[in-house]
Amino acid sequence: MATEKIRKNTVVEEGVEKQYTTLNLGPTHPATHGIFQNILKMDGEIIISAEPTIGYIHRAFEKLAERRPFYQITPITDRMNYCSSPINNMGWHMTVEKLLGLEMPKRVDYMRVIIMELARISDHIVCNSVIGVDSGALTGFVYMFQEREKIYEIYEEICGARLTTNIGRIGGFERDFNEKAWAKIHKFLKEFPDVLKEFENLLVRNRIFMDRTIDCGPITAEDALSYSFTGPNLRAAGVDYDVRVMNPYSSYEEFDFMIPVGTQGDTYDRFMVRQQEMWESLSIIHQAIDKLNKLEDKTTFHADVPEFYLPPKDEVYNTMEGLIWHFKIIMGETDIPKGEVYHCVEGGNGELGFYLVSDGGRTPYRLHLRRPCFIYYQAYPEMIKGSFLSDAILTMSSMNVIAGELDA
Amino acid sequence: MLTNRSKVVVDKQMSFVEKLYLPAIIGGLFITFKHFFRKKTTIKYPEVKRELSSVYRGQHVLKRDEQGRENCTACGLCAVACPAEAITMTAAERKPGEEKLYREEKYASVYEINMLRCIFCGLCEEACPKEAIFLTDRIVASDFERGGFIYGKDKLVEPVDNDKRIDLSGRLQAHRKLNS
Ligand code: SF4
Ligand code: SF4
Repeated sequence: MATEKIRKNTVVEEGVEKQYTTLNLGPTHPATHGIFQNILKMDGEIIISAEPTIGYIHRAFEKLAERRPFYQITPITDRMNYCSSPINNMGWHMTVEKLLGLEMPKRVDYMRVIIMELARISDHIVCNSVIGVDSGALTGFVYMFQEREKIYEIYEEICGARLTTNIGRIGGFERDFNEKAWAKIHKFLKEFPDVLKEFENLLVRNRIFMDRTIDCGPITAEDALSYSFTGPNLRAAGVDYDVRVMNPYSSYEEFDFMIPVGTQGDTYDRFMVRQQEMWESLSIIHQAIDKLNKLEDKTTFHADVPEFYLPPKDEVYNTMEGLIWHFKIIMGETDIPKGEVYHCVEGGNGELGFYLVSDGGRTPYRLHLRRPCFIYYQAYPEMIKGSFLSDAILTMSSMNVIAGELDA
Repeated sequence: MLTNRSKVVVDKQMSFVEKLYLPAIIGGLFITFKHFFRKKTTIKYPEVKRELSSVYRGQHVLKRDEQGRENCTACGLCAVACPAEAITMTAAERKPGEEKLYREEKYASVYEINMLRCIFCGLCEEACPKEAIFLTDRIVASDFERGGFIYGKDKLVEPVDNDKRIDLSGRLQAHRKLNS
C-alpha cells in the first residue's frame, strides 16, 4: 500500500526513478513560531511544492464580534497580531469613531500616535530579531528583547497589561499617561537608539547574514501587488505604499517621516525596511511629544462624548445623567447609526482593515477584519517553491506571519 | 513610486572589507564581549519580584467598605460587560441582622469568576457602579484541576481584618485622576 503511494508520486527521469519526500512542517514546529502547517513535497533539501493549512487557531472573531457590543470587541482585536495589539485596539476604536462620526481632540491623536509607534517598534523588534535567530544569530535577539520589555512596561503603566493590552477606549484613552509612564517613554527613547545601532552593527553589514538573507524568498513588486501585499513586505519589494501617508488617520498627515523601501523583496530587504522603520517610528514619537508639549491643552485624554465614553465614577454616583449613561453604555444600549465603514491602519505588518456594517443594533451586523498575514500566507507557497527548507523558515519569519492574525 | 517620501535603504554591494568574513565576526564577538560587563537585566524570580504598575490587571478582588460590609449589590453589570462571559452570580435579599455583612439590601450570595475564561481585560472593574470589583496586581496561581479555577466568594472577597485588606490606593488614585 505504502509503496504504491510512493510510486504514484515518483517521476521517472531519464530512466532513473525519482522519489519525493512528503514532509510535515508544523503545525507545532518550533521553527515556525506559531501554529502553521505546511505539507511540503521535498526533493532532498529542495521544496517542490508546499500546501499550507490555515485555521489551526481560528477563533471565529468575526462571528464573535456579531454578538458583542462595540466596546467588548477591543479585547478580541488584541488577540490578532499580538506583537502589536495596541495598533489593533486603536484601529478598532477609530473604526467605531468613524461610524459614529466622532472627532478626536488633537491630544488624543498624538497620544495614540505615540502608542501606535511604540507598538510598531515592538512588532519590528520581534520580527527582525527572529530573522536573526532563524539565520543563526541568537545574540541580537536577546539584546533587542530587553527593549521590547521596556515598551511592554509602558503599556502596563497606561493600561495595566503587557501583551493583551485592551488599551484606549472608544472616544479616547481610559486614563491619562501618568508621570511614571512618561518617564518610561523618555527612558526608552533615550536608550533604544544605542541598542538598535548595536543590533545593526551585529547584523546589517555582516557577510554571513547578508549571504544568508539576500535572494532568500524574494517576491517582485508586481506579484506582491497582485497578491495585495501591504506594509513592510510590499515596501521591501519597492512599492512605497504606507497607509499612514496614503490615507492618514489620527493626524498622521502632520508628521514628517520617510517611507523606507527595498529593491527585490527578499528577506534582507524586508529586514532592512523594518530596521529603518524603527528609526522613523522613533522620530515620529519625538515629533508627537513635541506636538503634545506645544498643545495648550494638557489634560484632555478623551473626546467629550457622554453617549459613548464612560462618565467618571463620581458622576455616576452623584448625577442622574452619569448613572444613566453608565448603564446605557455598559449594556450596549446607546444609539448606533446605521451604516457601513471601512477603516484601515498601518499595522505592524501591513494594512489592517476593519469593515464594519451596522444595522443600528447593539452589536455589529457584520465585521470583516482585513488581516495582512492572511494575505501574505497565500503567497507563501509560491515564494518558497524551489528554495531550501531552511530558507523557507527564514522567509516565513521575515514576512512576520502571526498565527493569531492569520486565523483570526 | 506613489509618494515623494520613499527612500531606498538597501545596499547589497559588499565592500572589500565586508567581503572578508573575519571583520564582521570579530566585531560581533566584540559586541557580545562588551555585554559580559554590563548590568544584568534579568531578575531572580520568584525570590525577587518586579514591581508591577498600580493599574496592573491581575486576579480580582471583591471589596468591602470601611465597616467591613461587602460592596457588591449583585447588579450584574460586571457580568454584562464581561466579553468572556466569565462571571456568574446569584442575588439574594439581605435579611434583618445582616446589615453588618452587606452594604445594600441586595447582595450576591454566589459570585463566581471562571479564571480560565477570564481574559483580564478589566471591563468588569470599569463597569461596576459600586466600586465592588477590582483587578489587582496579584497573579492567578496555577492549579492541577480545572475546577480549582472557578473562584467563588471565598477567594474573591477580601478579608474583613483591616490589616489583611487588599491595598488598592495606587489603583484608586489612578482612577480618580482619570475622573478629574
Ligand atoms: S477581567 Fe474581563 S474577562 Fe475577566 S471577569 Fe472581568 S470583564 Fe470578564
Ligand atoms: S461587582 Fe459591581 S457590577 Fe458586579 S454585580 Fe457587584 S456591584 Fe454589580
